[in-house]
Amino acid sequence: MAFLVVRAVPADDPRNPWFSWEYIRQNSDSIQAALTQHVQLTVLAIAIAAAIAIPLAIVASRVRWLAGPILSLSGVLYTIPSLALFALLGPLLGLTVRTALVGLVMYALLAIVRNALTGLRQVPAEVRDAARGMGYGPAQLLWRIDLPLALPGILTGLRIATVSTVALVTVTSIVSYGGFGMEILTGFNHDFYRPQIMFATLACVTLALTFDLLLVLLGKVLMPWSRRRRAT
Amino acid sequence: MNIGRILSDAMTWLNDPLNWTNPDGILARAAEHLFISVCALALAFVIAVPIGVVLGHTGKGGGFIVALANLTLAIPTMALLTLFVVAGFGAGYPPIILALTVFGIPPLLSNAYLGMREVDPDVRDAARGMGLSGAQVVGRVELPLAVPYILSGFRTAAVQIVATATLAAFVNGGGLGMIISRGFGLGLDSGGGQVVAGGLIVIVLCLTLEGVLALAQRALTPRALRQGVRRMPSSAADRVDASAAAAKP
Repeated sequence: MAFLVVRAVPADDPRNPWFSWEYIRQNSDSIQAALTQHVQLTVLAIAIAAAIAIPLAIVASRVRWLAGPILSLSGVLYTIPSLALFALLGPLLGLTVRTALVGLVMYALLAIVRNALTGLRQVPAEVRDAARGMGYGPAQLLWRIDLPLALPGILTGLRIATVSTVALVTVTSIVSYGGFGMEILTGFNHDFYRPQIMFATLACVTLALTFDLLLVLLGKVLMPWSRRRRAT
Repeated sequence: MNIGRILSDAMTWLNDPLNWTNPDGILARAAEHLFISVCALALAFVIAVPIGVVLGHTGKGGGFIVALANLTLAIPTMALLTLFVVAGFGAGYPPIILALTVFGIPPLLSNAYLGMREVDPDVRDAARGMGLSGAQVVGRVELPLAVPYILSGFRTAAVQIVATATLAAFVNGGGLGMIISRGFGLGLDSGGGQVVAGGLIVIVLCLTLEGVLALAQRALTPRALRQGVRRMPSSAADRVDASAAAAKP
């Protein structure tokens, strides 16, 4: 345990400020590239995860015995640290965008399945009975009753998954991606260059909060009834 | 690369005794990993549980706890680790331990808060009616009833911190993640086996810890309270949700 590999740095070095416009102006190209990569990885991962997770949740809500195994498997997977997952995926799939995406999708999947399933389970049985009594078939029941009523749960899952994915993208720098994560590492390796590290960190948090806000707005658009209820 | 070759490389690496006993081998790294984690967990517990108990007793600060949990979800672990190291919180382990503490606090805080809030108001009223003071209500009634929640928070935080400690490798901060990052540093052709071996060790450690703590939690929870912990539905975003409080390491 005698490895004191982390160096101490003087707390106030005028050449190494916490924030610098100079840095942002001179590096707008690499910042732009990091932003693009970060957004692309996040959006792709969430889109793929949602496309798998929502149907999976629907199946799990219909087939009772499937719900248990799906939830416990997702729990076990969630216990695995991200770096360890990429350590298994990296050598297998190489340093490709596939590796980064597979890891991100796996974690996002869990949050979405879990919450979508909770949402689907909370659809009142009476409402479904009434719909069936009115002559709704299985497809209509799904599209017009189950999914709209489970939307708050699905949206919560998407929000949690998106915010964690934005943070998790930084870890994909171990397989040569990482968006702003790579910027943080570069800053760290260039003599603890603070403006770069600080800016990339703030960019990550801002990006996560922006995505979250967009999803909240999407929810308002998709669920006008929840807005009306709050207004009364 | 094919799975067979990678796995056999990993097994070869794991079978070399020197990789276990080297000064920066598996055993030393595991000791380092656990040392960092235990310090962070103890610190997070000492900070978060008293605050959670007080806030839960008074019923204030629920919004603050949700906001804090959401914020830590949005801050990348690796960013905080880097910032703390660069901020010069001393050399060596302290910045790493502090960063991990930050990620251990939300599950402990929200569970302690939730445990205190979930105490049946009738029980609290009865205690007040019997003439117990505020501090006595906390010490003799609320806190004992909140134990299952606090244990659950401890388990989540412990697994969270041990998992997150892997990321200390990004800032050369030690722990088992170093085996993985060094392997990547060698390039996947020669270091691939080491990378996979490191990943497997970390996964085994985390799953074992989760299992052991689940058993310990069961054993430590008073029998009368075992049915008491209801899992909060994670879609209840506006409530303090104990399960969503953990950021993904």
